[in-house]
Amino acid sequence: MSIKKTLVVRSAETVANETDGFFRQARRRPAAVWGIRQGTATTHGGKRRRFMSSFWRNGLLVTLSLAATVLGPAMPALAAPGWDYKDVADALHIVMEADRTVYTRMIVNRLQNEEKVIKASEEWKDDKALMLPAQMFRASADLAAEKGANFSYSLISLWPVNRQNAPKTPVEKEGLEAIAKNGQPFYKEETLGGKKYFTALYPDKAVAKACVVCHNDHKNSPRHDFKVGDVMGGVVLRLPMK
Amino acid sequence: MDRIVVAIWKKHKLIGAWSFFLVASIAVSTYAATALFGEQFDKSLFLPGPSSAGHYQIEQRCELCHQAFGGIKQQGCVDCHGQELKEASDSHGLKKFRDPRNADSLQKIDALNCVTCHGEHDPGRTRKMGVTLAADFCVYCHRDVAKDRPTHRGLAFDTCAAGGCHKYHDNRALHEDFLLKHAHEPARLPRAELPARNFREVIGEISGYPRERYPLKALAQADADAKPPLKAGQAAMSDWLATSHAKAGVNCSACHLQKGAAGRTAWVEHPSHAVCGTCHDAEVQGFLGGRHGMRLAQKLEPMRPAMARLPMRDKAHDKTLGCTTCHGAHRFDTRRAAVESCLGCHDDRHSRAYKKSAHYALWQKELNGELPPGSGVSCATCHLPRIEYRTADDVKRILVQHNQNDTLRPNEKMIRPVCMNCHGLEFSINALADPGLIARNFQGRPGARVGSMEMAGQADARAQAQLQAKQGSTEVR
Repeated sequence: MSIKKTLVVRSAETVANETDGFFRQARRRPAAVWGIRQGTATTHGGKRRRFMSSFWRNGLLVTLSLAATVLGPAMPALAAPGWDYKDVADALHIVMEADRTVYTRMIVNRLQNEEKVIKASEEWKDDKALMLPAQMFRASADLAAEKGANFSYSLISLWPVNRQNAPKTPVEKEGLEAIAKNGQPFYKEETLGGKKYFTALYPDKAVAKACVVCHNDHKNSPRHDFKVGDVMGGVVLRLPMK
Repeated sequence: MDRIVVAIWKKHKLIGAWSFFLVASIAVSTYAATALFGEQFDKSLFLPGPSSAGHYQIEQRCELCHQAFGGIKQQGCVDCHGQELKEASDSHGLKKFRDPRNADSLQKIDALNCVTCHGEHDPGRTRKMGVTLAADFCVYCHRDVAKDRPTHRGLAFDTCAAGGCHKYHDNRALHEDFLLKHAHEPARLPRAELPARNFREVIGEISGYPRERYPLKALAQADADAKPPLKAGQAAMSDWLATSHAKAGVNCSACHLQKGAAGRTAWVEHPSHAVCGTCHDAEVQGFLGGRHGMRLAQKLEPMRPAMARLPMRDKAHDKTLGCTTCHGAHRFDTRRAAVESCLGCHDDRHSRAYKKSAHYALWQKELNGELPPGSGVSCATCHLPRIEYRTADDVKRILVQHNQNDTLRPNEKMIRPVCMNCHGLEFSINALADPGLIARNFQGRPGARVGSMEMAGQADARAQAQLQAKQGSTEVR
């Protein structure tokens, strides 16, 4: 047996052969240091050890990339649970409801019905009167939209005084009927104009006698038998979904 | 040399054609580029067609509307027209179409961009109000109107915006509640008077007024700070002394002494409109927003009647328009500005008919003192109306709206600030819907009978009847 005293030096031109491979199985100190015979001696009987065959390696790479593309966007949600759409909608609604209740009770009811110093009127600008709470709500929604809010909200009803505020989309119709029946918030996703929205509908109850009296006496109201505590309509709130 | 040329010619037969077209291309490109980017060049080279009546004065300013590689910028429209749309409580405003509830309407018509309906420089398809859509655009969303409103059964699809009926943007004088509120008003109201101008009363409250330099007390000839000899002569001095500026303490230097570019003050013979704007900002802004001053607003040369599309008097062809054109310097005569200044240039049928109208008769009586101030009807009464205005520091005053276009088109915009000072609503709607009457400058009675008031009344009666019936049947209270 001829012993080839070859020095295996790692260099850029090293070509993969039996003595090369992963985990440095072929990395050897110069023979002079080790005193080991070089040449064709290997640790595993001459077969080249591979980490992974190219077939399986490619397959794994493809699977991982597909998974990353599909799951990637969902990672933040899965990784860190925070506020979901329902939480955000509920929070926004609490603020809207609070503002409108303060306006109805502290401003309109107090100044018009208790102190009797000013009236509230539908034609508030021409009559130099207070805005109705529903109009104040709508004006706030318009201002929020102007300021760049990417969510939208409005006050709608199955029995609106102004026909513009009747339900326009199937989810709105379904939601208004649901909340009228059970007085609980209604949540659903809908697609409008090619965009997806998380739509929440909250029941709008008649909190004061003034609500009921005005709507029952209004010539444009489709319904004249409201009672205090009835659900008269709903706040529809839409959050665009990514 | 010749041999070289011949050699080239023999090899490249078309060298002549190539050279010619190359040189021609370079020449044309250079010309077009300098026209596009150069300020002094006539950009009408690039107009695909004559511009509209609203914009022809500023057609040289392509960049107001167009942005390079970006189409038409919506902000270009909003910069000039945004404020009036806001004041008009736009019936089809952005808030309506940005709401996802109305996404289906937005798909039918892109109502977020003005140019969807108001194209420019395309006279072939431009109708009234600069609208370049076909007349049936209302039907796309309002097909079912007759279902909810029986009064609208049988109406044509293209008469929604007929005089006195509906307007796409401004319905302040036409909406149902307003019609009902002013139903049964007589043609001539018992108290027929314009709101009085009150700048004098509020001047003390306006924060930008230079009260320290020019205290609010009347000035005499000795107080004048222009040193004689005056270029304009003693007449200018007398004019100034006799009128409001001297009486309010506004001295010569207030207008004539201006800070130059270097920061040093200099005496200016003919102060520009910007000087007037230091105290009369609202009026100047109105002027710059209308047809008289829109060129000045874009730093173009002032408008001259020669450039106008309306018929103008020959004598006035080269008058440059500024504040003193109508008001006259030093005297700033508002009565002259109300009629004679207008008729000095405008020469159309409506203007020529004015002096034979009952409106002018009232104006003459006001000038004579036979009628109290505010009873007469001048050109300015209708075209530069007196409106309630809130200044930047929240002072309410009566302002003469110097944007003569603000109430001009559609003319229903004139109903509330102008006509209804003296006339009932139904009469005003009928009068403004009669083009012949307008051309005759309101000599005679309105020939049109717009059905708006009647329809509103019918709808109201029906709703009241239904209400009575329902309340009668559900008598719980």
